[in-house]
Amino acid sequence: MTRLIFPALIFLSFLFLPVLADLLGESVLRTMGARIMIYAICAASLNLILGYGGMVSFGHAAFFGIGNYVVGILYHHYASGEPLWGLIPGSNQMLITLPAAMLVAGIAALIIGALSLRTSGVQFIMITLAFAQMLFFLFVSLKTYGGEDGIIVRRTNALFGLNMRDKTTVYYVILGVATLYFLALWRIVNSSFGAMLSGIRQNERRMAAMGISTYRYKLYGFVLAGMSAGLAGALMANMLRFASPDTMHWTKSGEFMIMVILGGVGSFLGPILGSAAFVTLETYLAGWTEHWPLVLGLILLIVVLGTRGGIKGLIDRLLGGRS
Amino acid sequence: MTLLIIEQLLNGLQYGVMLFLLAAGLTLIFGIMGVINLAHGSLYMVGAFAGTWVATETGSFWIGVPAALAAAMLTGFAVEAVVVRRLYARDHLDQVLATFSLILIFNQLIVLIFGRAPIYTALPPAFSESVELIPGLFYPPYRLLIIAVGLLVALGLWGLINFTRIGMLVRAGSTNREMVRALGVDIRLLYTFVFGLGAMLAGLAGFMTGPILAVQVGMGEQILLATFVVVVIGGVGSIKGAFVAGIGLGVIDTCLRAFLPGLLRNLMPASEADALGLGISSMGIYLLMAVVLLIRPKGLFAVEG
Repeated sequence: MTRLIFPALIFLSFLFLPVLADLLGESVLRTMGARIMIYAICAASLNLILGYGGMVSFGHAAFFGIGNYVVGILYHHYASGEPLWGLIPGSNQMLITLPAAMLVAGIAALIIGALSLRTSGVQFIMITLAFAQMLFFLFVSLKTYGGEDGIIVRRTNALFGLNMRDKTTVYYVILGVATLYFLALWRIVNSSFGAMLSGIRQNERRMAAMGISTYRYKLYGFVLAGMSAGLAGALMANMLRFASPDTMHWTKSGEFMIMVILGGVGSFLGPILGSAAFVTLETYLAGWTEHWPLVLGLILLIVVLGTRGGIKGLIDRLLGGRS
Repeated sequence: MTLLIIEQLLNGLQYGVMLFLLAAGLTLIFGIMGVINLAHGSLYMVGAFAGTWVATETGSFWIGVPAALAAAMLTGFAVEAVVVRRLYARDHLDQVLATFSLILIFNQLIVLIFGRAPIYTALPPAFSESVELIPGLFYPPYRLLIIAVGLLVALGLWGLINFTRIGMLVRAGSTNREMVRALGVDIRLLYTFVFGLGAMLAGLAGFMTGPILAVQVGMGEQILLATFVVVVIGGVGSIKGAFVAGIGLGVIDTCLRAFLPGLLRNLMPASEADALGLGISSMGIYLLMAVVLLIRPKGLFAVEG
């Protein structure tokens, strides 16, 4: 029972954040909350392969960016009325764009993962980075979709006739999707598949000796993580009403890794805490000094060198020595 | 047309030796200490800024050279002593993040000291006039100087690694770190030496780029990823691999950028061809790395270990 308290607390604080924001007259809190939830989805998906599966992917932003662009490109074709390649009509329906983003990101993850997982260690880090950079330069060179400037999505996608012009409505839609996502992720992490991923991280050779095709399960994990990152990217495009190649830049991949580390590698709630910490630091440090990356870098360095298990580890230790 | 091709090949060679100077240090740090050092680009930037500042203050390009080398090397020693030393026993994830935060820190420190505006290094007067290499082909001699320096450094490294006691330890270290330590070698001193050497080469590369490209914040990251591609294609820990892959990638990248948009213009409107050509040529080196890794997962000249 006690282990449910913490997730419930997190859910409730996100539920009442817009109310608090209205009371304080600080609408920035609501925007921050939405960003935290979206980044948390993406960081949690990276945590699935990195923390549970031990695959250090340095190209996770690729899938985030693909989700971002699927929404942008579908909107572009919806607005111009011309189908993509003469076949695929555009759309502004969230029930279509979100699954489409997950599908395309999943296919990309299947291809990239199938190739990358043949290597390991440093080579795996670098090959995932390479694929992400290829996609980044590909989208920068697509003049039809804005090139470096990206695509402006004039209106947030429609959903069940809700008033999506209202920022608070969008916030609660994101909260709904995030809640569903984390419930599903909880099931995955605690399934036999999740156990297998952990086993592969701890000792891949032993798992193989037990007759488990480790390559296949790593690939499943990689595809699942890619799809989730695509979902997060699609939500981000809806929230910012903008799709940009910056979402696939390699520093974005670095930021997702920072969130995972800040929160605590391989802990279920870690990525939520990590993305909250990252967005809060970014927002307030940027307001405080233009040299905020210096402070962020120092904090990060101290966290990486000096702590074990990030924020989640710290909380656990404070609450009585569980690790 | 032939002249144009020769010119671009020379440009590619010049970019290639630049990549080699960076990759040589990085691959040794990788191979011997097992550390992924994303901050290598920052050492390149430190060298460029320190050298350019001294060169501007004194009015002599040549005094800038030792300044760049010293600044990069001292920064390298400091980075090794304060941060990297704690990372030897850690996994790759911690190394990537710790050195990533070093990038953030160094970039902001440079902004604090020099500001955001790019600065330029003046060419030494003897090198400002183009020379006629073969009839009809005029080429800036400064780029030839870079090529010569790069090749000299390669030769020097080859001698150092193959014929000196330190070189022997370096080779032994990249094959089997634990064994070298077990045999009673002061491995920490070796680590510090290798890191300082790598930093110095990065600083040299940074300063020499000064007169060609702008010296600005973020210059390190632009070349860092290409350097990593070189290291991985060449095989982690292999100087020979870094040399072959560096020159190869330098030439391929430069030629793609120079000729691909022109070729694409035959197929599509000019503006689209330029954008697409630039995109594909930027993707080129990454594509090459992916292909090489799929065929040889440890790189071309992997060190056995």
